[in-house]
Amino acid sequence: MLFLSQHAKLERNLSLMFVFSLIAVLIGGIVEIAPLFYVKNTIEKVEGMRPYTPLELAGRDIYIREGCYVCHSQMIRPFRDEVERYGHYSLAAESMYDHPFQWGSKRTGPDLARVGGRYSDEWHVQHLKNPQSVVPESIMPKYSFLAETELLPKNIAGHLKANAVVGVPYTPEMIANALADLQAQADPDADTDGLEERYQKISIRDFDGDPQAITEMDALVAYLQMLGTLVDFEAYKQNENLR
Amino acid sequence: MKNLPEVLIVGLGAFLALLATAFSKDNLFQVHMGILCFILVGSTIVLLRRIEFVSPGAETVATDSSSYMDDVIRFGVIATVFWGIVGFLVGVVIAAQLAWPFLNIEPYFNFGRLRPLHTSAVIFAFGGNALICTSFYVVQRTCRARLYGGDLAWFVFWGYQLFIVMAATGYLLGITQSKEYAEPEWYVDIWLTVVWVAYLVVFMGTIVKRKEPHIYVANWFYLSFIVTVAMLHLVNNASVPVSFLGVKSYSAFSGVQDALTQWWYGHNAVGFFLTAGFLGMMYYFVPKQAGRPVYSYRLSIIHFWALIFLYIWAGPHHLHYTALPDWAQTLGMVFSIMLWMPSWGGMINGLMTLQGAWDKLRTDPILRMFVISLAFYGMSTFEGPVMSIKSVNSLSHYTDWTIGHVHSGALGWNGMIVFGSLYYLVPKLWSRRQLYSLKLVNWHLWLATLGIVIYAAVMWVAGITQGLMWREYDDQGFLVNSFIETVSAIHPEYVMRTVGGLLYLSGAILMVYNFWRTIRGDTPETVTSVSPSTVPAE
Repeated sequence: MLFLSQHAKLERNLSLMFVFSLIAVLIGGIVEIAPLFYVKNTIEKVEGMRPYTPLELAGRDIYIREGCYVCHSQMIRPFRDEVERYGHYSLAAESMYDHPFQWGSKRTGPDLARVGGRYSDEWHVQHLKNPQSVVPESIMPKYSFLAETELLPKNIAGHLKANAVVGVPYTPEMIANALADLQAQADPDADTDGLEERYQKISIRDFDGDPQAITEMDALVAYLQMLGTLVDFEAYKQNENLR
Repeated sequence: MKNLPEVLIVGLGAFLALLATAFSKDNLFQVHMGILCFILVGSTIVLLRRIEFVSPGAETVATDSSSYMDDVIRFGVIATVFWGIVGFLVGVVIAAQLAWPFLNIEPYFNFGRLRPLHTSAVIFAFGGNALICTSFYVVQRTCRARLYGGDLAWFVFWGYQLFIVMAATGYLLGITQSKEYAEPEWYVDIWLTVVWVAYLVVFMGTIVKRKEPHIYVANWFYLSFIVTVAMLHLVNNASVPVSFLGVKSYSAFSGVQDALTQWWYGHNAVGFFLTAGFLGMMYYFVPKQAGRPVYSYRLSIIHFWALIFLYIWAGPHHLHYTALPDWAQTLGMVFSIMLWMPSWGGMINGLMTLQGAWDKLRTDPILRMFVISLAFYGMSTFEGPVMSIKSVNSLSHYTDWTIGHVHSGALGWNGMIVFGSLYYLVPKLWSRRQLYSLKLVNWHLWLATLGIVIYAAVMWVAGITQGLMWREYDDQGFLVNSFIETVSAIHPEYVMRTVGGLLYLSGAILMVYNFWRTIRGDTPETVTSVSPSTVPAE
């Protein structure tokens, strides 16, 4: 058979074998991934999306550190039950500033894509400290140490800068004020004019119920409370970017 | 003086780690570099003690450079077994945590930090060591050449162990970039890249040196696994560190692009790490143990090229009904279904290799292990395409069905083929006539099989139960179940899953005992001088 005799050449030549297998494994990824950087509905800009505030970003880093994504998704699929349970299905644009994405792959706990504003800060703090105290059947671990661990944001500007390098539109002004913005967001008495000007739709308050210190709990709750709250779906035109 | 360059390099590494500890920008990096420094100082001391001073004029004893290099493989076998036990044990622990949440010990031993430890320990530590040591064994035998690069193979082995330890300690500390199966942060990724390139050099160099004109089929699979994993690793881990003296980095991609890049990586970690590489193992050890040639040469060619070409496309099936564009989802589904064929090509080629040797199954528990492994391979590569169908996936996604599917593949296919290969290798590598006990191998086989069956079955039940409960409506059109009701509903399955895992772990512990006695040179009194093939059927 011609095919077999041709293949015998490959089997005797390591370089050919190497090159052919490399080509075979390159094609699929190129065809599927490359267009996503150009197709309109994957790069659309949606009204309301903004970069995370420094405090939210710090909270998101804690979310990642503790592996929350292992049990909680942030991706609502367009099904009747999911939309009723969790809210409007997720848009690509809603994770456009997520480096990396947090869509998750397993719902051991519920989806969190739109958890922001659904529960009070006190509920979140109590739930994170001891989940079983508010949901007795819950199988979530306790995270009480977050309330006792002071947030150490000394290099928060560096975090914003790294995000800017990978494409998040943090302005030089945002980076310069990162530390002050972080502290101001957790302090209801601070002067927050600049902060509110830089970031739209932002909650400013003491999140963890302990005004003395900015803890990791402040940051995490600030992040949870903004999840899914940025896009105004009353104003969103879903047919504008048909696939 | 032997070992001097090694001592200097490792010592310098220890010094650099110490500097990194001193100038670190965040606490986690400080602790992690401290751990690294501790390991490297320890290694330097061990190496120092092994320095041999040779008086001038005295003949140095040259190592036999014509024979196969098997020392590193012996270490690899031990590392595989060690990390296997660690990985299975952590798996049992986190399974128990899901059944009884009070077992979480914050912050270091919470589920969220232990779960990546479990997945990485079994995939990269257990599976990775098995792949490295068997590939070194197979490539030497099938090329009739000693490993290329001398001590480079040792660098690959120890460098890989360092990668594992850094990744594992990082997870417990909370150092993760949150990309599943690619959690280690940027500096650990860079280290793995260095080790992987060395691995590629050793492997390809050995093939270049071969004394056989043909490159054996097992080596095609190993080669494509090494090359593809390098590509996946480099692209998926592209990120920008906040500081070169800090742990944190931000992925170069975001949102939907990042999601598909991750699952292009994640699915092909399955496709190449856990499939192509392990098929390489299968293509050597199954024919060896059966004493029969590979069933079909043509089939091996066709299914090799089809497998590596199609697997790459299947990633989007992890993102059905998400914000990923529909065309990409459909493409992923279609290719996943097509993938069923080359997967079964491998299974058929493996099983049919037993043609003419089926009778050996009655007497040889190692061969039985291979057959069960291939059966699970066939089962899970059928289940996978089914789950990639969008309508099925709408039910199965986000549930424990996925977890069950993964484990029938990992415990059944990967675990069993490694156990079988190790049972084949250990007596050969330590020059023992036979294993200490074939009876224990049989016990291992059935404990493990029972464990997998329990695990997979209860996860089907848990997954389908939860999936159906999530979408259940009453006649008024309201959702019937709150989320937490769907969690407490599957508590019994979570308990049973832990039992399944325990059975699997206990089988592996029997293997450790069996290897320990075999390596010590013990032979059981009952089967003193009988060769395995004549042990009566049980």
